[in-house]
Amino acid sequence: MGVSGAVREPAAGPRNRTPYGARGVTLSVQIRARLGAFDLDVGFDAPAGVTVLFGRSGSGKTSLVKAVAGLVRPDAGRIAVGGRVLFDAGAGIDVPVPQRRLGYVFQEGRLFPHLSVRDNLLYARRVTGRRGGDLDRVVDLLGIAPLLARRPGALSGGEAQRVAIGRALLSDPDMLLMDEPLAALDAARKAEILPYLERLRSETGLPILYVSHNMAEVARLATHVVVLEDGRVFRAGAAEDLLSDPSMVRVLGVRDAGAVLPARVAAQAGDGVTELAVSGGRLCLPEIEAAVGTALRVRILAQDVILATERPRAISALNILPVTVLALRRGHGPGVIVQLQAGGDRLLARVTRRSADALGLAPGKPCFAVLKSVAVAQSDIGQRLAPEG
Amino acid sequence: MERFGPEEWQAVALSLKVAFWATVLSLPVGLATALALARGRFWGRQLLNGVVHLPLILPPVVTGYLLLLTFGLQGPVGGFLDRVFGVTLAFRWTGAALAAAIMAFPLMVRAMRLAIEAVDPKLEEAASTLGASRLTVFRTVTLPLIAPGVLAGAVLAFAKAMGEFGATITFVSNIPGETRTIPSAIYAFLQVPGGESAAFRLVLLSVAVAMAALFMSEWLARRIAARIAAR
Repeated sequence: MGVSGAVREPAAGPRNRTPYGARGVTLSVQIRARLGAFDLDVGFDAPAGVTVLFGRSGSGKTSLVKAVAGLVRPDAGRIAVGGRVLFDAGAGIDVPVPQRRLGYVFQEGRLFPHLSVRDNLLYARRVTGRRGGDLDRVVDLLGIAPLLARRPGALSGGEAQRVAIGRALLSDPDMLLMDEPLAALDAARKAEILPYLERLRSETGLPILYVSHNMAEVARLATHVVVLEDGRVFRAGAAEDLLSDPSMVRVLGVRDAGAVLPARVAAQAGDGVTELAVSGGRLCLPEIEAAVGTALRVRILAQDVILATERPRAISALNILPVTVLALRRGHGPGVIVQLQAGGDRLLARVTRRSADALGLAPGKPCFAVLKSVAVAQSDIGQRLAPEG
Repeated sequence: MERFGPEEWQAVALSLKVAFWATVLSLPVGLATALALARGRFWGRQLLNGVVHLPLILPPVVTGYLLLLTFGLQGPVGGFLDRVFGVTLAFRWTGAALAAAIMAFPLMVRAMRLAIEAVDPKLEEAASTLGASRLTVFRTVTLPLIAPGVLAGAVLAFAKAMGEFGATITFVSNIPGETRTIPSAIYAFLQVPGGESAAFRLVLLSVAVAMAALFMSEWLARRIAARIAAR
């Protein structure tokens, strides 16, 4: 049914941190840096929540995160987190790395091999004397209680990465920087960690700058997306707007292009089907273990959407939404990307040029979007996480 | 076999004293040098590396003679130390300790440098993002990781200092009770008729000390490898 992912929304509820800065801007970056033969020239403002830096390898994602952390020094510009200026070339401000209070989670964990998991977690507290966060709460959040006495050498990749996240959290950071924390893990380990990241996002309210080139992670975690290309910002904006933007297809690739829609669990039908309400109608998915009312996100890939000008009857697909064509984008090759309005949300569909012409697709034309039935990938759905109501 | 006589005991005790002070006093200098060679990016690094390793290549008698020229009472440094601090090195056990330290220095620095180079700088970077200053990073991450290497270097240096002969005898001669360490005593015993059995006992002791030191430093080196690998 074309719904290849359902993702838990950030819980609406009291956050234990107040919004940052003016206009809710958490992270403000405006820098230029020459790194060898590579030029980084980026500027963006990100609100609270999870900001995903998205781009191909070599697009400058890691350099940008390192610059925010102070591990790379820009030649010019300004970096502020939560209204606190960390770098300002003009004003001569360059806060040293240890004083930036940013929790950095590296791709390879980087746990201290000579310390137990517990001492790794408490490292920041030991060296700074700050009482950052509650050890028990973090241990519980990440499910690492059974690991505390172990040495990092005795951990699996997924376990080590959870400990690394805990260690960064317990340094009482103003923001978490995560540089492809799942990239070194296989699919099963990724699936093991993603629910913890979602919990982190919903339960701590800590702003996160998250580097990824994996669309599934972006769809699942991002509230805001900054797309980098060759050291420049290609696009930046709210995840839902950006992912349903036809111009993103070139960056994401045809296979990964797709919209992310907020949804709510409307009913558990009991026949192994969960009904989700989206703004444009109802979707049926194989059973999701979540209580009625739970906020989720569903991801619908452009290549999984079929368009019809009349409501199809006698068809096996369960999910058909009435939509209106907003825009068509012709690329090279035979494909056309069609942007659709479905209720208050937007969808992308990929059809052939021939079909687009045959159906007379044009902006304003009402259609029906048939979401193909596909297996729901476990790693894309919050099933492993117990519902919290 | 007969027991050790008083002269032999004296040589053993003196060797232990000389080796102990040679090791302890060169430890901080050795660590600083190893750090500079492993991490430093400065002009003259290769030169420093050469100077540190010189005693390993030069004939020990040359090193001893250079020490005599420099640290003897007529030498520029020796004369200064004697006049200003009242410290005399030539023909004293303190001079034996200096000669032993210089001869053992390359071994010590080498072991420490290997340990430092095995530390992943990314771990230190991670520590700094967690709020640790440079000094704290060194104290809480670098030093614990290289500790076995530092110890291995010290053990090797101690064993080398116990056995140093050429530079010692050239610089501080072979004075019973003052500069006659185990190797000098073996040499002296071999010069007199009937001294072979005493010399042989000291030879056995030297072999035992050297073997113990090698085993210990090997064991420590394996420990450091295990520590670094345990990521």
